[in-house]
Order: sequence, then C-alpha cells, then structure tokens
Amino acid sequence: MRQYKMELSDEEKEILEGKHGEVMRKILESVVLYGEAFEAKRLIPIDGPVHLVTSFGLSGIETVFDMMDELIEAGVKAKAPFTVDPRPMDFENVECSDVQKKIFSVLYSNQARYEEQLRKLGLKNDNAFTCTCYMPQVGNVPKRGQVLSWAESSAVVYANSVIGARTNRTSGIIELLCGILGKVPEFGLVTDEGRRAKWLVEVKTSKLPNAQVLGSAIGMKVVEDVPYIVGLDKFLGKGLNSTTEDYLKDMGAASASNGAVGLYHVENITPEAIEQGRDLLVKDYKTYMIDDEEIERVIKSYPVLWKDLNAKPAKCFIGCPHLSKNQIYEWIEKVSHRLAKAGKDKVEIDTVLCAAPDVISDFKTDEEAYQKLIDMGLHLTYICPLMYMSNPECSKQPIITNSNKLRTYSTARFFLDDEVLDIIVTGIVQGGAGDE
Amino acid sequence: MSRTFKGRVVIGGNVTGESVVTHQGFNVLASYLKALGERSNTAICSDQNNKDIFGKDLAGKIICLPQTIGSTTGGMILQSVANLGIGPKAMLFSEHIDSLAAAGIILCEVWNQKTIVTIDQLGSEFLDYVKTGQQIEVKEDGTVIVM
Repeated sequence: MRQYKMELSDEEKEILEGKHGEVMRKILESVVLYGEAFEAKRLIPIDGPVHLVTSFGLSGIETVFDMMDELIEAGVKAKAPFTVDPRPMDFENVECSDVQKKIFSVLYSNQARYEEQLRKLGLKNDNAFTCTCYMPQVGNVPKRGQVLSWAESSAVVYANSVIGARTNRTSGIIELLCGILGKVPEFGLVTDEGRRAKWLVEVKTSKLPNAQVLGSAIGMKVVEDVPYIVGLDKFLGKGLNSTTEDYLKDMGAASASNGAVGLYHVENITPEAIEQGRDLLVKDYKTYMIDDEEIERVIKSYPVLWKDLNAKPAKCFIGCPHLSKNQIYEWIEKVSHRLAKAGKDKVEIDTVLCAAPDVISDFKTDEEAYQKLIDMGLHLTYICPLMYMSNPECSKQPIITNSNKLRTYSTARFFLDDEVLDIIVTGIVQGGAGDE
Repeated sequence: MSRTFKGRVVIGGNVTGESVVTHQGFNVLASYLKALGERSNTAICSDQNNKDIFGKDLAGKIICLPQTIGSTTGGMILQSVANLGIGPKAMLFSEHIDSLAAAGIILCEVWNQKTIVTIDQLGSEFLDYVKTGQQIEVKEDGTVIVM
C-alpha cells in the first residue's frame, strides 16, 4: 500500500488495502491523493446533495467513459440521486444548420453512452440536467452548513454564499468519486478558516450595478479569494428574497468565471454575513472600491472577438447560468414592453432563453405566458449555451449574450440587459463592451 | 552548467526528458483538443492563445508551467491523453498545483496506471530560468535539475 500523509480511519485503511474491492480502493485512493495535494488532513462526511459538472459525451475522452463503466460494473452508486450540468444539444428549440448538427454529432458522439452511465450511477431523473440544481423546481437543494462535493463553478459559489453550504471548487470526476464515497477532503472552503474574507469590497455606485458586471469586476480583482461585499443592501434590502437570490446567482457566476471565486459574503444579506458580520474579515484584509467609473472601466475592458463589429447577430443567449422562473417572466415582460415601444410583434434576432428542464415544465403550465413567449419569437431551451459555442461552426457566428460567463469562455459578445433588448428588437448592434 | 530546484512531490518518480515551457496558464482542453479529435499519436498543442507552446509536440515532454487553466474538463482531458500515450512525462508547476491538474494527474495514476511525475511549488525563479528544449532530470524527492 502507498504511504499516505492523511489521517485515515480503520475503515479507510481497510479500503485502501483492497478489502472492500479493487474499485473502492481506487475511488478512495483518488480522493485521498487529491486531498493530500491540497494539504487536507482527513476526510469528512458529505451530508448534502450531489451534483456533477460534466454533462456531455465529448468525443476523445473514452478513457473517462471506460472508467465510469468500471464503476458501474463494480455496482457502486452515488450516495444520493444526483443532478448534472445541462445537456449540450436541443435541435427542437435551438435552431442549427445541417453542418452544425453534423459537427455536434461528432463532437458529442458519446452522449447516449454517457447519459446511460449517469442513470446507472444514480442520476435523479431524465430532467436532472441543469447548472442550477438548487432551484426549487429541480429540488436538489443543499441546506445551510451541509458539506458537499460540487464542481460546477456557478453552483459552488451559490451553494457556499447564498445557501451557506460548504463545498470546494472540486474538479470534475473527483466530485463523482466523493459522491460515491460519501466523503470529501477537509480543506479550503469546507473549513471555518477557509471561509474568512481576504477582501472588503465597497460598492459605492449610484444605482444597483448590473449583477454580471459587478461579479466580473470582483472576480478579476480578488481572483480566488473570498470577498466581503458591502453596500448592496442599500439597493437590494436586507436578507434574501427571490429577486436578491437571482441577482446573487448571476453575480456569483460571473465572479466564478471571470475570476475563481468560490464564496462571497454580502453584508446584511447572505447568511454567514448576517450572523458574523465583519468578523468574517481576516486581520490584514485588502480593500476594493467599486463606483460607477469602475463599472464602466470593467465593461470597456472586455475584448470583442467578432470579425465584423457591426454584424447582425445570429443568436442571442440569455440564461447562463440557467434562468429562474421569475427571470423568465421578467424577460417576457421586458421584451414585450420594448416591442410595444417599437410598434413590433416579434424580435428580429433569434433569442434563446435557457433554464432547467423542471423550471421550463413549471413555467409551461402557465399556457398564456408560454404562448406570449412563442408569439414574440423567443425560444426556451434546457441546453448549456457554452456547449453550443464549443461547436466551431456555431462560434464563428456573431452571438450576443448578457452572460459574463458565456462571454469569458466563448466568442459571444457581452451586452447589458437594456442593450440586449434594443438589439433583439431592432436587429442593430449598438453600445456594448469594447466599443472604444 | 546545470541548475537545481526543489519543490513538493505530488506524484513522485525519477524521469529525464525535454522541457516545454509555458509562462501563462496551461489550458489543457485547448492544448490537446486537436490531438484528441484526430486520434493522433503526437500531441501538437492546439491552443492558439498560448504563443509559448502553440504548434509544439507535447507528447512525452516535461511541461513546465505556473498552473493549468480553462474548462473543468481539463482533468479528464489530461487523464485521457495520458492513457492514450501522448501525455506529458512530467509536469513541473512553479505555483501550487490547481484542482483540475491534480484531478487529471491522480486519475490517470490510479485508474490507468499511467504516471505523470508531478512536482509543484518550484517558484517563479524556476519558470524564469527554464527554457523550452532543455534536458531536465526529476528525482523522487522533488529535486529538479535543469541541464
């Protein structure tokens, strides 16, 4: 047996000696070595839900799918039914050319095999594909203080910050192995010390800043540190409600993708900040002040990867991370209002709203609202727009988005919500990032 | 004249090989995407955003890097290229290893019996000193000799 630095229980030692089978030995060895890489002293139990980051059967990584077959053959399963990130394709609701479809079929050639594997390992159900598993309709919601092993960066930062659960930004597959084992290495954001803030972020803007830009500014400044944000309660009020939760969902996703933030505290709003206040700050914290000028500077700093800056957009993606039901209603209202102002019935740009399958099903029970969405030319899908953009035939098109995560990982061009509305209604690109 | 550095052992072993150096974060998915797609027996780096290593064959090399960056599939990609025999011989990190690289290196070690000798926390001086194409000897105790 390999020599380990971590403190191991008698049962863990037995597993590592192979007494519980070769596959369990490999699972535990992987998790222990991973923990040791981050100086974890021991493993602690997971007592919250399981969610997996990878949801696509990417071609070329058959090694990983073979490994999953090994898990299945050994009869192991996740400790609890799990959710997983969104599917990559939905030709019914996201229009694609024949060439694009052909490339998707090559790019994700292992999709059917992979989904079958997920079912055998404990997938919650066929609707369980979303990056927002914590939505009430999806129901894979952790409780405050629960220990998790999640990897999806936008879900990690939401679970840690808004819910007050505890998870590191675990790597893909390792989170599945932890979910099978029911244990996670104790380090970083799972510990009290790791949850203390190294930055005081003072929001001093004249109005509520765009969540995606504020998150981006914070992420780029603090990178992977924990920020303690003050000044948002002036606009959002104290405590949590559904509007604030949606705002923090989008802000967090931007901070996690434009930087590597896994946890933030917001004064008078998020649970640990309400309870501990500025005691969460470490002694020698740094300060970052965000005012209107800083927000403008950040927006202007985004590179635009389009060849023709004035091109008519081929598509607009809204909902990365996936939209809540309230956000779908808000977008219908905003688009409807803007169309009426322009004297139009339908949008000019193919506009796709992304949300969890369970959220979509719930929304569709309001037949009138769904019909309104369709009538305005909007589409509703469950895919991950990032996966759409991973197809080179798709990414070479001019795509617009209000998501800072999608902007960061693709050629999509970022616009503020009001600019998005103007563009999808008029079909003309104006304003936006990097235009100076 | 050779120069010696000492880091922390993540996956130990004795290897020698030729260095490939990236001063910016090593984007695992972007670097190996083409090689994986083409089922190639070389690993010509396809990351156009990384001028240090774009177009260089990474197969069997000792990759010297600060950390890895990019998609959370990075760990799986690293595991896959190692299993296909086109992975790096060793990875030498100037900084603390990141979670994506740690996962990939550990998964291929445990599940595919393919070792990528890995040393981290070698310091920025190491990355300033080492150049692509140099011979490197890595020892089991975390000693790295740039020859």
